[in-house]
Amino acid sequence: MNKILNVITKPFRRLFSFFGAYGNRAGRVRFHVLLVFVLAIIAGSFDYSRPWNKSADFINLQKNKVQFVNKIPNIPQFTQQFPFRLGLDLLGGTHLVYEADLSQINQDDYSSSMDGVRDVIERRVNLFGVTEPLVQVNKVGNHYRLIVELAGIKDVNQAIKMIGETPMLQFKTEQATAERDRILAKYLTADEVEQFKDEICLNGQATSAFLVSYGEDPCYAGTELTGKYLDNAETVFDQNTGVPQVSLQFNDEGAQIFQIITKINTGKTVAIYLDGLPISMPRVQEEIIGGKAQITGKFTTQEVKELVQRLNAGALPVPITLVNQQTVGASLGNDSLQKSLRAGLYGLLAVAIFMILYYRLPGLLSVVALGIYTVITLAIFKLGSVTMTLAGIAGFILSVGMAVDANVLVFERIKEEFKAGRGYAGAVEEGFWRAWLSIRDSNASSLITCVILFWIGTSIVKGFALTLGIGILVSMFSAIVVTRSLLKIFIGTRVENWRFLFNAPKK
Amino acid sequence: MLRIIQNRKYYFFISGVLVLASLISIGMFGLKLGIDFTGGSLMEITFLENQPANNIVTEKLLPFELGEINLQPAGEKDLILRLKEVDEDTHQKILQTLEDEFKGVEEQRFESVGPVIGQELKSRSFYGIIMVLIAIISYIAFAFRKVSRPVASWKFGVAAIIALFHDVIIPVGVFSLLGHYKGVEVGLLFVTALLTVLGFSVHDSIVVFDRIRETLRREGGAHFEGVANKSVNITIARSLNTSFTTLLVLVTIFLFGGETIKYFALTLIIGIVAGTYSSIFIASTVLAWWEGRRKK
Repeated sequence: MNKILNVITKPFRRLFSFFGAYGNRAGRVRFHVLLVFVLAIIAGSFDYSRPWNKSADFINLQKNKVQFVNKIPNIPQFTQQFPFRLGLDLLGGTHLVYEADLSQINQDDYSSSMDGVRDVIERRVNLFGVTEPLVQVNKVGNHYRLIVELAGIKDVNQAIKMIGETPMLQFKTEQATAERDRILAKYLTADEVEQFKDEICLNGQATSAFLVSYGEDPCYAGTELTGKYLDNAETVFDQNTGVPQVSLQFNDEGAQIFQIITKINTGKTVAIYLDGLPISMPRVQEEIIGGKAQITGKFTTQEVKELVQRLNAGALPVPITLVNQQTVGASLGNDSLQKSLRAGLYGLLAVAIFMILYYRLPGLLSVVALGIYTVITLAIFKLGSVTMTLAGIAGFILSVGMAVDANVLVFERIKEEFKAGRGYAGAVEEGFWRAWLSIRDSNASSLITCVILFWIGTSIVKGFALTLGIGILVSMFSAIVVTRSLLKIFIGTRVENWRFLFNAPKK
Repeated sequence: MLRIIQNRKYYFFISGVLVLASLISIGMFGLKLGIDFTGGSLMEITFLENQPANNIVTEKLLPFELGEINLQPAGEKDLILRLKEVDEDTHQKILQTLEDEFKGVEEQRFESVGPVIGQELKSRSFYGIIMVLIAIISYIAFAFRKVSRPVASWKFGVAAIIALFHDVIIPVGVFSLLGHYKGVEVGLLFVTALLTVLGFSVHDSIVVFDRIRETLRREGGAHFEGVANKSVNITIARSLNTSFTTLLVLVTIFLFGGETIKYFALTLIIGIVAGTYSSIFIASTVLAWWEGRRKK
């Protein structure tokens, strides 16, 4: 019985022993290398999940054909829900900064007003159908700003218009006749007043024309009721004619005001003004309870739809002005992406060739380590949803230089240790240990720079600092853990005597 | 072994000339600040058919009363227009006018920076540089706190700072020349590149100092010049190789990375070349020179 057990477990024990389960040194090193590669495969599958998912599909399919074996759960698929996030400069899109004018607002209400602005803009922006729009309040000194980022948007001009427009909904009641004539007389001759006074207020276009020309409203006087009290707006169609209309629902407070207005003005007209111009002048038949109103007019379905959207998105609590705009066309963005990726690839290739030519075997190992470094860094970018901008890609490419630097420091040290007469194992161990202090101290200064850049920088600079910083951290890991494990694999093998592989003098 | 420390006066001379030339150029021409700092607008436009002459474009834009318009061709069909800050309406009208006049116009990018923002970015960049400097000096003093004989730890910091100024002044000088003669403007990315050069410069100096620290511990500080020279010689291969690989990457960005980050890469290239030179020929030689004077 024991014998059978022995035969069955032997290959497993061999395997465990190969990876150092029983405390042998070479096995432990192999185990570390195995771990590194497992990590690389996992990270790599985050970067690009197709190979894993295809093989998982294949294996699952084969497995499920066999009885009993198909009871084992399927190999899971790698999630694709972590896409690379591309910045505006690569995707095309626009970055807008609005400055809010808070001069009319109490200091205590600044932040709540800004939150209000953000909410309104967010609702408007959501109408554009842009994926993941960013709307953010930003305070610099005494300036309150709103940052809006719309990636991949086609018509920037239209978007800017929609963001900046403040739909102002007002309900107005008829001006007294005497007041009407007084205002008309201010701008028109007596003859003209006589000619127009009865018509001007019956015709919305005439009223608008007068308003636009002289800036004063002869026909209607403002009431307390504005878009502020609006609960929601929706499109409805007239049951008889099929003409589209806007149906308004006020909140409780608004409903009460509306009730009072309609009570006082029964039999008269109440005008609805949008953005300062009359759009509808219905006659009140009776007191309206419940706060429901209708805007009718010669609207197309499209116009009604847009009006409803804008009314629902609401009015801005404070005025805002555009102070900074950065817009990148989609084709330039795509061009930049292609170019920077190509530059990165060429750069990596050039570095790899140099490392192999100059450092030989360790150089080759460092290229493997560099590959693993790239895979891990990209996976972190994906998982941490780091937005990749042009500057960000530059930061990443630059961090490759740092990763190589760590390796170069180590290899130079190892060579020195060879020269000092150490054997392979001693040289590798000592070389790493001594280089580590330099790597740590020198990278610390670059990391400090990154932190400060990230802290004070604008979004472009932040992207650069973030990718460079992440790159430096991973590069330290890659040099110390990955390259070291790879080099240690050769301890005690014939390879360590082939000194030309290390570009080191003969013993 | 190269007698670097002993021949320091030649290296000081070369660096001195370069730094002086840079300072003179900065003093005479200054830097040509981009719209990031001054405020203004930038439009990059592709003419799909044929590119009109600059003065025709300027003529067509006269009705907008834009003041001085700077036109700069980029690539084969692109034109970069730099003008005063315009609002979105004017921007659209300009675009429409160009489209009407020249047919087949495509806007690649548009940037508009208000004067307040420009001022702010300027002061933020300034504070950024100051903060990085302070942080790095403190860090070096901390990292070398255990070295006190024969060279006080703060002297390492000062020597690193001298090297660092050397590395930053030279690219700034080059860009003041480029700004004057080729109209190259500096913006936020330039400052970012300079700050990165700061980080790299100190990175290089620390590697050499680290070696001096180690050799001092082993051999004592009786012959500081010798110790410093030995340390520089040992680290020279590393300094050159590291810079070479980084430069390989940067040159590919410069050549293939596109217009937007071309000058960003160039700033880094100049800074890193200067940084490599200073880490070999300036940082530790300054230290040795200082020690030599103290002993006399």
